[in-house]
Amino acid sequence: MKILLMGNPNVGKSVIFSRLTGVYVTASNYPGTTVEFTKGTLKFKGEKAELIDVPGTYTLEPTCEAERVATEMVKEGDLIVNVVDATNLERNLYLTFQILALKKPMIIALNIWDDAKHRGINIDLGKLEELLGVPVVPTVAVSGEGIKELFNRLEEAMVPSRPTYTKEERWVQIGRIIDEVQCVTHRHHTLIEKLEDASVQPLFGAFLFLAVLTASFSIIRFIGEGLIGYVFDPFFEGIYAPLIMKLSSVLGSGGIFHDILIGKLINGSIDFGQSFGLLTTGLYVPFAMVLPYIFSFYLILGVLEDVGYLPRLAVLIDNVMHKLGLHGAAIIPMILGLGCNVPGALSTRILESKREKFIAATIMAIGIPCMAQTAMIIGLVGSYGGRHLTIVFGTLFIVWFSLGLILNKIIKGESPEIFLEIPHYRIPNISALVKKLWMRLSGFLLEAIPLVLIGVLFVNILYMVGFIKLISNIAAPVVTYLWGLPESAVSALIVGFLRKDVAVGMLAPLGLTAKQAVIGSTVLAVYFPCIATFVVLIKELGIKDTFKSAVMMITVALLIGSILNLII
Amino acid sequence: MVSLVDMKINQSGIVIKINGGAELVRRLEALDVRVGKKITKLSSMIMRGPIVVKVNGCQVAVGRGMAKKIMVEVNK
Repeated sequence: MKILLMGNPNVGKSVIFSRLTGVYVTASNYPGTTVEFTKGTLKFKGEKAELIDVPGTYTLEPTCEAERVATEMVKEGDLIVNVVDATNLERNLYLTFQILALKKPMIIALNIWDDAKHRGINIDLGKLEELLGVPVVPTVAVSGEGIKELFNRLEEAMVPSRPTYTKEERWVQIGRIIDEVQCVTHRHHTLIEKLEDASVQPLFGAFLFLAVLTASFSIIRFIGEGLIGYVFDPFFEGIYAPLIMKLSSVLGSGGIFHDILIGKLINGSIDFGQSFGLLTTGLYVPFAMVLPYIFSFYLILGVLEDVGYLPRLAVLIDNVMHKLGLHGAAIIPMILGLGCNVPGALSTRILESKREKFIAATIMAIGIPCMAQTAMIIGLVGSYGGRHLTIVFGTLFIVWFSLGLILNKIIKGESPEIFLEIPHYRIPNISALVKKLWMRLSGFLLEAIPLVLIGVLFVNILYMVGFIKLISNIAAPVVTYLWGLPESAVSALIVGFLRKDVAVGMLAPLGLTAKQAVIGSTVLAVYFPCIATFVVLIKELGIKDTFKSAVMMITVALLIGSILNLII
Repeated sequence: MVSLVDMKINQSGIVIKINGGAELVRRLEALDVRVGKKITKLSSMIMRGPIVVKVNGCQVAVGRGMAKKIMVEVNK
């Protein structure tokens, strides 16, 4: 038994899914948060049934990958829960009518019911049920209101006995239903509505963008630095280091086992940045250097997502993105990529054409460093002064932008135009924000920490067996002549396939000059994606396009490393 | 009758024609931009950026090329 949750994008399907199954899926206030389906289970008529959260779609005649997934899924459903946005009944009913025509048992969750009431939209539920011929349950998914009733009434879902309409007839019928069931009381615009309208004006929009950007960066830095300086560093240095020093002397301050667990002692003591043992650098990097920034980044991103700011940014920046062969909505994969390239690559599914997906995924994988890597670059390069950080991130931005310009010129085809629903601003629900942040943080810890530890272990073993030395000799011409880095930097490039944060961390013990740190960090960011991103790229672009993308990355790395080596 | 591009900011009107193929009509229809609908132009981004309209109280961003093909009878 398969029960499908279907509806327009951004109507709250994922929240209802989480409420019904207890399985968490990320939900935000913009169309296209869900691009893949998620499965969960619930009890239906005493038996276990599968509930599937289907990506949102406006129509069963798909225009992008996420919508295609939805159109394919619908065939497999035995029962459909059509989630409808009560604040925009008329448009939502278009999909409802298309699903009704499939003659499958159906029930409607009339979601965002609270907001509809605030906006003065009154809907006659009894009448709507009668006219559509299927049960209608009002819900407020975010607060959980109506979810129980929806669950209890699932078995009332039925196939409506009504004729199948042609498209023209459908709109006529929808018009009739709206006239009969919906009554909108006129009232004055609220402050939020005024802000919604102002945000899409060029001048105010640009001003708002600068304000949001500045505020986001300052808050991310403030919280990130604060957590490191006042929480994690004091803990690691004051409490954890003495313990590890004891362990070190127990282990005899040296030997293979000691070196793997604790690493090299620097001037007789532990240096969390340089020792490179599993229990020292292996834990210090993910917890004390990366986690604080992951936390602050996702806190801010969560607020921006749930307020509904991102689609407005997409509109504002649309004409710039067109120069790169994309349209404004492609800013969403880029912003998600700043957190982690994996969800960034997945969200390219909201883009219409294969060409756009390729350009977006490629420039993201090359020019957008993930937050783990950014945090490490801030730690490493930042210690030489802020000016050097500007060079690293400035270079990455230039690479991102110019590669987009070039790809737009050389790949045949046109970039489709933006056509995007801009959701209403909403005041974020605090518990939803906390839950989302928690899921993202635990996702990072569960996926990153094992890989970080494997990376550190791997480096130690490779050093011990002499492999690094061998590869260093082979790669020396590129690394030393072209990029001006010490041969030993090769080990960072090898580990970069696994995790970029550890790779940047490996530059720390090399005693680099500021220039070398800048070049090393920049090259590490562009030369190749980490393994997790690489797998998703293959899945999303196919092997052939991923190969093309990878060739570009290596070429760009060779070029940009050499150029930086020449000019700074 | 003017296109969405030529409408003035804050003007409202009724969509009376879409100068495009079935594919365009279908895409626009999915967001309820269709013949007979009341539409209000909210803004037009600089440098040939998109146009933002209001349909059913919801904002929709429309690329300029598409907007040129949406013909509106403006309310007097």
